[in-house]
Amino acid sequence: MKVGILKEIKDNEKRVAITPNVVLKIKNLGFDVYVENNLGYESSFYNNEYIDNGAEICTKDEIYKCDLILKINKPSYDEVSQLSDNQTLVSFFSPSINPELLDRCKKDKINILSMDSVPRISRAQKMDALSSMANVAGSRAVIEAAHSFGRFFGGQITAAGKINPAKILIIGAGVAGLSAIGTASSLGAIVRAFDTRPEVKEQVESLGAQFLTVNLDEDGSSKDGYAKVMSKEFIDAEMALFKEQAKDVDVIITTALIPGKDAPKLITREMVELMKPGSVIVDLAAQQGGNCELCQRDKIAIHSGVKIIGYTDLPSRLPSQSSELYANNLFHILDELTPNKDGQININMDDNVIRGMTVVRDGDITFPPPKIEVSASSISKPIEKKVELSKNGREKKSSVIPGLIGLALLFLVGAFAPESFMNHFTVFVLSCFIGYMVIWNVTASLHTPLMSVTNAVSSIIIIGAITQISNTDMISLVLSGLAIFIASINIFGGFAVTKRMLGMFKK
Amino acid sequence: MNFDLLSIEAVRALYIVSAVLFILTLGGLSNQESSRQGNIYGISAMTIAITATIFGPQVSSNYSILIILILLGGSLGLLLSKKVQMTEMPELVAILHSLVGLAAVLVGLVSFINPVQEYIGIEKTIHSIEVYLGIFIGMVTFSGSIIAFGKLSGKISGNPLVLPAKHYLNLFMLLAIIYFAYEFINAQNLNVASIPLTIMLIVSFIFGVHLVASIGGADMPVVVSMLNSYSGWAASATGFMLSNDLLIVVGALVGSSGAILSYIMCRAMNRSFISVIAGGFGTESNVVTSGNQDQGEVQAIDIEEFKTMITAAKKIAIIPGYGMAVAQAQFVVNEIINILKNKNIEVIFVIHPVAGRMPGHMNVLLAEAQIPYDIVYEMDEVNNDFDKIDLSIVIGANDIVNPSALEDPNSPIAGMPVIECWKGTHTVVMKRGMSTGYAGVENPLFFVENTRMLFGDAKESLSQLLTLNN
Repeated sequence: MKVGILKEIKDNEKRVAITPNVVLKIKNLGFDVYVENNLGYESSFYNNEYIDNGAEICTKDEIYKCDLILKINKPSYDEVSQLSDNQTLVSFFSPSINPELLDRCKKDKINILSMDSVPRISRAQKMDALSSMANVAGSRAVIEAAHSFGRFFGGQITAAGKINPAKILIIGAGVAGLSAIGTASSLGAIVRAFDTRPEVKEQVESLGAQFLTVNLDEDGSSKDGYAKVMSKEFIDAEMALFKEQAKDVDVIITTALIPGKDAPKLITREMVELMKPGSVIVDLAAQQGGNCELCQRDKIAIHSGVKIIGYTDLPSRLPSQSSELYANNLFHILDELTPNKDGQININMDDNVIRGMTVVRDGDITFPPPKIEVSASSISKPIEKKVELSKNGREKKSSVIPGLIGLALLFLVGAFAPESFMNHFTVFVLSCFIGYMVIWNVTASLHTPLMSVTNAVSSIIIIGAITQISNTDMISLVLSGLAIFIASINIFGGFAVTKRMLGMFKK
Repeated sequence: MNFDLLSIEAVRALYIVSAVLFILTLGGLSNQESSRQGNIYGISAMTIAITATIFGPQVSSNYSILIILILLGGSLGLLLSKKVQMTEMPELVAILHSLVGLAAVLVGLVSFINPVQEYIGIEKTIHSIEVYLGIFIGMVTFSGSIIAFGKLSGKISGNPLVLPAKHYLNLFMLLAIIYFAYEFINAQNLNVASIPLTIMLIVSFIFGVHLVASIGGADMPVVVSMLNSYSGWAASATGFMLSNDLLIVVGALVGSSGAILSYIMCRAMNRSFISVIAGGFGTESNVVTSGNQDQGEVQAIDIEEFKTMITAAKKIAIIPGYGMAVAQAQFVVNEIINILKNKNIEVIFVIHPVAGRMPGHMNVLLAEAQIPYDIVYEMDEVNNDFDKIDLSIVIGANDIVNPSALEDPNSPIAGMPVIECWKGTHTVVMKRGMSTGYAGVENPLFFVENTRMLFGDAKESLSQLLTLNN
């Protein structure tokens, strides 16, 4: 089967769908690879590298004749009109906001696999280009902010005076947010992050940021892995928090997106005006209208000395890196599509990843797909609790009944046994308790020496044998003599080996 | 000749001193610094007890035989203690337990033949029970320890022995022992009593053999500590038999020590003591592989990648299992941690309570390789801090790092506390192949996204790391 890779036609797009390294991997799946002339020029991947790895260079028209076509951005009407029956196109598509384009492809019977419809399940992570791009965008957002911010991010104490570290607030701790947190803290800034989903707290803190919360108990997690829309009270509390932070921080990076909806307005004009002049806001939601009221798409807006960056092409600003990640995602999808590695794709609708991505197939619109739930974290937790519960249950039951039995036995013994036995028995019980108290204090690392020393100690039984050695009959003499002999082995051996072991424990 | 220098009261007084010193011995083991002092207390206590007894009124003849036997046994014991390898400690402990058991049996027999005094009525019954019980516990300790020794030293297969109707067999033997106790107590004279006693000796020998033989290799730490406990109870029973409080006290100390160790080991495997005694892992043949789960792929690395991962890490946790000791890899590990220390990489060891063949065995093996004990931590001390660890290296361990113990309630090891290394940034598992551990359970850790597998002999792979310096 022929795979064709189209050069992007969108303005300022520098990325490329397939890099030379990945050409090799795709060929191993049994495909013939055709790339458009100068495909990767803008992202520093040149024709000769593609040729070296076994691709053929050809014109746009020839690419359109391939069975499987790969690109990044959603296809234009022009591009779609070049395609026809039973060709398959894999690219970003945003099917929910492009119904006309979807209809058009249905009419022309073009199969469409949408990169932004990969389900968010753990098995599909390696195919999730949205996450890959969000990762790049988050990191680049910090770099853009650093570029526009007139100061260092990290603090220093120099001969010329002290430099305070920049304070950065990151709103939304999804893939982009976490990536931004990582980059910002490695530049030395003080990072704070906010997210409506409390379970991301751990991840945020592991990257070295402080996790901000509002005093309202509401969980923003949803079953598709994105955050959901919150209640009015929550939003009010959240806005109050942002207002408070705006006075203090130097940089705000917003990454709040709710799929299929306009981006929520989180940073108001009033908050922007509260920020210090020279501060920077990077709005990663600019594509969907922006989290900041004053954000302008693809521009840097300046309001009361605050720069508001609304770039929508952040991944394209790191073209080589983005292309490499995207190409790897594509490869994993092709790998899934060709189970026999024979260069023939099989759009298997029973595979829930492929099912989720496929939006047009054989002249039918198959969007939206049936829902699948995010598996990873939500399922494992209740199980953990269950195991723990059964453990506790067992422990509770075990302490009461044996206690009662023990008490009953004690009374029984007391009722029948003579005085002398009870004396010994008292000594015995008390010694057990002393042993119990003392042994719990023994450090676990010395349990082996404990055993060898108790071994020697339990040979105190030799005392019994010694008291018997003066018996006059031969059998008693032999038996007690043997007992003395073996108990001595134990005493000397046990203490000596304990000494040897304890001598090895060094700081 | 008679050396009765001490009165019975003086002997009693010295016994009290000795008992206190024995308690201090065990107390001394609460930390490494005081432990050596503890051992000295133990030696003094034993010396005082033995000397007091010899010079007390109960010994009136045969002094030379006594001394010679002690010296002979002592030299043999010292020889053993010098020769033993640290990996063989469990075997040594097991065989020494058997000696205590045998001594208890012998002392019991002499006490049967030659009672200290004539008893009548209820006192006679009690004394008979004490003798019978002492011999029984001693015998079970003796035969059980011998089997444990065989299993630990590899002379007998480590697999649990599964006889048909084995629980009924145990029950039957116990009932037989109780029945013959009744016969023994009611016997009119020594000759009549010796018949039930002999039968009991044989039955309890078989009982001890069967008890330990049916326990699997993974449960050996429990078995060894259980036998430790029995040897104490045997001494205590002898004390009752001879009306000797020192034996009762010391036996009870040792008995409770072993019992606590057994409890700790059982808790570390989330198994009840009864189920351990009733039979080992795998006897119910519930080898669950959870085949319905999409386990994903194992990601193997080579030694060069491993080196890169090590040098990139700031804090490394090494999780050793018994496999490391078998490969004698702990000495190489020590050399490596010295190299890493020079590179300012922090290395800690994390020990699971049941790693090794007896409680605390791994600690001794690491100490032998001169790994400082202050970088060796218990599982509980580290489990909550794995997010601060960049790289965990699992050497020769499997079940103790199996996440299914926490996540899969159907797993045979469900609820067993495990070292949660997968919470760290990366884990490298050094393993010969993809076989399962003792419990026969698949380990999902190997398939976790941040786990890498380094296949091959642990010692060889580690030796190649020694070039890290260059």
